Amino acid sequence: MNRPATIPAQTCRDAPILKQRGQREVFCGLTGIIWLHRKMQDAFFLVVGSRTCAHLLQSAAGVMIFAEPRFGTAILEEGDLAGMADAHDELDREVARLLARRPDIRQLFLVGSCPSEVIKLDLARAAERLTVEHAPHVRVLNYSGSGIETTFTQGEDACLASMVPVLPATQARELLLVGALPDVVEDQAVKLLSEMGIGPIRVLPAPRSAEMPGIGENVVYALLQPFLGDTAAALDRRGARMISAPFPFGEEGTTAWLRAIADEFGVDDETFDRVTAAPRARARKAVAAAAETLAGKSIFFFPDSQLEIPFARFLIRECGMEAIEIGAPYIHKGLVGPDMDLIPAGPTISEGQDVDLQLDRCRAARPDLTVCGLGLANPLEAEGLTTKWAIELVFTPVHFYEQAGDLAALFARPLRRRALLKLEAAE
Amino acid sequence: MKLTVWTYEGPPHVGAMRVATGMKGLHYVLHAPQGDTYADLLFTMIERRDHRPPVTYTTFEGRDLGADTAGIFKTACMDAYERFRPQALIVGASCTAELIQDDPGGLAEAMDIPVPVIALELPSYQRKEGFGTDETFYQIVKALARPMARTPEISCNILGPVALGFRHRDDIEEVRSLLWEMGIAVNVVAPLGATPEQITTLGQAHFNVMLYPEHAETACRHLEKVCDQPYTKTVPLGVGATHDFVAEVAALAGVEPRKDLSRLRQPWWSKSVDSTYLTGKRVFLFGDATHVKAAARIARDEMGFEVVGMGCYNREFARDIRALAKDYGLTALITDDYLEVEKAIEEAAPEMILGTQMERHIGKRLGIPCAVISAPVHVQDFPARYSPQMGWEGANVIFDTWIHPLVMGLEEHLLHMFREDFEFHDEAGPSHHGGHAPKPVAEPGAPVAETARPAQDAQDDAAPGSTGGDVMVWLEDAEKELKKIPFFVRGKARRNTEKFAAEQGVTEISIDTLYEAKAHYAR
Repeated sequence: MNRPATIPAQTCRDAPILKQRGQREVFCGLTGIIWLHRKMQDAFFLVVGSRTCAHLLQSAAGVMIFAEPRFGTAILEEGDLAGMADAHDELDREVARLLARRPDIRQLFLVGSCPSEVIKLDLARAAERLTVEHAPHVRVLNYSGSGIETTFTQGEDACLASMVPVLPATQARELLLVGALPDVVEDQAVKLLSEMGIGPIRVLPAPRSAEMPGIGENVVYALLQPFLGDTAAALDRRGARMISAPFPFGEEGTTAWLRAIADEFGVDDETFDRVTAAPRARARKAVAAAAETLAGKSIFFFPDSQLEIPFARFLIRECGMEAIEIGAPYIHKGLVGPDMDLIPAGPTISEGQDVDLQLDRCRAARPDLTVCGLGLANPLEAEGLTTKWAIELVFTPVHFYEQAGDLAALFARPLRRRALLKLEAAE
Repeated sequence: MKLTVWTYEGPPHVGAMRVATGMKGLHYVLHAPQGDTYADLLFTMIERRDHRPPVTYTTFEGRDLGADTAGIFKTACMDAYERFRPQALIVGASCTAELIQDDPGGLAEAMDIPVPVIALELPSYQRKEGFGTDETFYQIVKALARPMARTPEISCNILGPVALGFRHRDDIEEVRSLLWEMGIAVNVVAPLGATPEQITTLGQAHFNVMLYPEHAETACRHLEKVCDQPYTKTVPLGVGATHDFVAEVAALAGVEPRKDLSRLRQPWWSKSVDSTYLTGKRVFLFGDATHVKAAARIARDEMGFEVVGMGCYNREFARDIRALAKDYGLTALITDDYLEVEKAIEEAAPEMILGTQMERHIGKRLGIPCAVISAPVHVQDFPARYSPQMGWEGANVIFDTWIHPLVMGLEEHLLHMFREDFEFHDEAGPSHHGGHAPKPVAEPGAPVAETARPAQDAQDDAAPGSTGGDVMVWLEDAEKELKKIPFFVRGKARRNTEKFAAEQGVTEISIDTLYEAKAHYAR
């Protein structure tokens, strides 16, 4: 059988969760726009917010994507704060101007921000009004990417969840893959599943609005990312059913994820093995190369993308690492429970953050590798700790068999680099 | 409401962070929601700082809004004081906290924190980053500096350098050595590297050097009034301005304007015959006002360029730049909308852009070389090597930086001679830039163009220089002839020809029109 052989008696799922409150060193949900706007090619993301929001998008992208991007910020000004009616008029004007300039746009997302929520600017109402005004060419949706409601990857969750109610209804028996992945990885998943005879396979989000999947009682869906809780809830409300599994990172995770879907579609073991044997062997081989660097090393996760728990499971079980602390912005056991089941109890599991206290724990533990955001990485390196910036893990193809080695290598590289550099005198 | 794609300046609290992060022993408690911590990475990544910015974010959430956000602020403020033990605190609100009106200044004042607490009022919905640096530094100076006895030796303060500044780190060294040559001691450099305690001793200097008006003008004015310290108005960027700066300092300090010119190579490099190809190069200037102002003088007087456009993004200095542009026979472009800047550059069709990282991208799209002269900064603007802009070495650095993007002297002629050569053709770009590989022989190499311009949108395809659908037409032969002109002057040739044709009332541009225009504009 291909199922994980042993379930440890006491797992992380039952471990107590450390919850602290204080300064959080994480992005807000607006950041997801950086990858979402590339995935949905006829969509535009219009943040209704402040200069800070615009500056965040520009800075978080690291380098500017300088072709006129398919996102922008409608910056609220003094006058907009005074009268709400005016703000709606202003928004209508900016949207009309934008759509006139960009006739290629078919979906427009009005993205709420901290300031728009504090002044209670009703973007849902604005989206309804603008949908009527610009129908049938453009559909206008809204979601919140504000820091007071969302962290980092929750922005993608909010975005996808906002699309679910307007997906067409279907009675078809279909598999829906949910989460924005690079095309190369998505294609690999579709190919593996198709070779097992599973189909039709649809994806959310689709690259173009015309290709959006249908939804109904016969649709089953599998999440590609562990941060899509609201989207899952919205899909459930439309009658679809989730296939629960560990997330497809590493050889083990990918196999477990595929196996869960295969079981749902009644694929026999022989077919499953025939399709997966070769890529599984490749994945094991590639992971083994990086695991030489990682085995026996300790790791400490600061909260960032909610990918921490599945990654920790991969690094512990397939790369031989030892986790000291696994921090995540939020822990949704309904989604990451199967991954937690595979992690033996031991590491501190923390949710949310008081960054100063967490830094104290990290410094005391002196892990071999610390996974953290860009604001913390260089300061910790300067203190002699080796770090892996978490955002690279979100922007790099790391899912499924063919990327399992890449995922391990991303963690191994900082350690290899530290060993490589000889910056002292020769003596 | 204004739609913005890319911004030259962040919000004002980022300006306050630039002051706080530049200083030592100061801590900033910022009332802000989760997510505003993104600003930390500007300092730790772009500037490669090895410490976290000294900023505590209160991190309130949606569910706190109806409850006690003021309580969250007070806890964060007290925790920050206990943990970091700063010599002084600055407190303020980010854009969202400004809306909930908790009054961080008032709250902190009532807390009996045993060090000075300086409240910042930075209107996020009206002002920007530049205002934030200037106002924050002013508030700190106002709160801490007092008149006091002058130092026995002649001394000055150097005011204005901040974190994330364009070459501030190296400019300070260069200006220190200019002052040292005149025997003037430096009392305090601030904000960069200064502690609040040192700020209290600003008053003992005899005068102030205002290094960056964008960040220190209000503080300098305040010190002039309160501590009776005059301040310098010349910014030593370029050879001429550095001479003027030395003269101004000497007059303020009552010393001899002594200078050591042994390291200054720029004037000879500019006079040497190899540089004749720089004559009359048409350049477009855009950036912060101080750097643009200096660049205009360097470009015209020290490089022999022709300035064909100039502007700045910081409205605070709009009047200065408008007046300067008038001297150059131009109309200044004052805007923070990069699309407007791009349009102006496209219309002016310069041979080079002297701008910010934003203009570097514009230049990439339009195929115009660009050298960076001003913030906003990028990780590339923090080189490991010593690379000042100010003083004598700064003048040398600027010369090298500005000519690097250009096609060099003789190569320009060779391109004219062998314009049809399949390897040595103009679209290969300057040969000393590795990135420009010879184009495949096959015609318009679509995949090559794709990689050179990633993430291309439909909008990008408007041909540079096209006049957009009016009556003027280029005949096929003329269009072909135009393509034989090397890329770095093609924009100018197209523009001059169209201007000439319009003046002559010609609607069809032939080869003859092209060469008549060439003769007309010969210089």
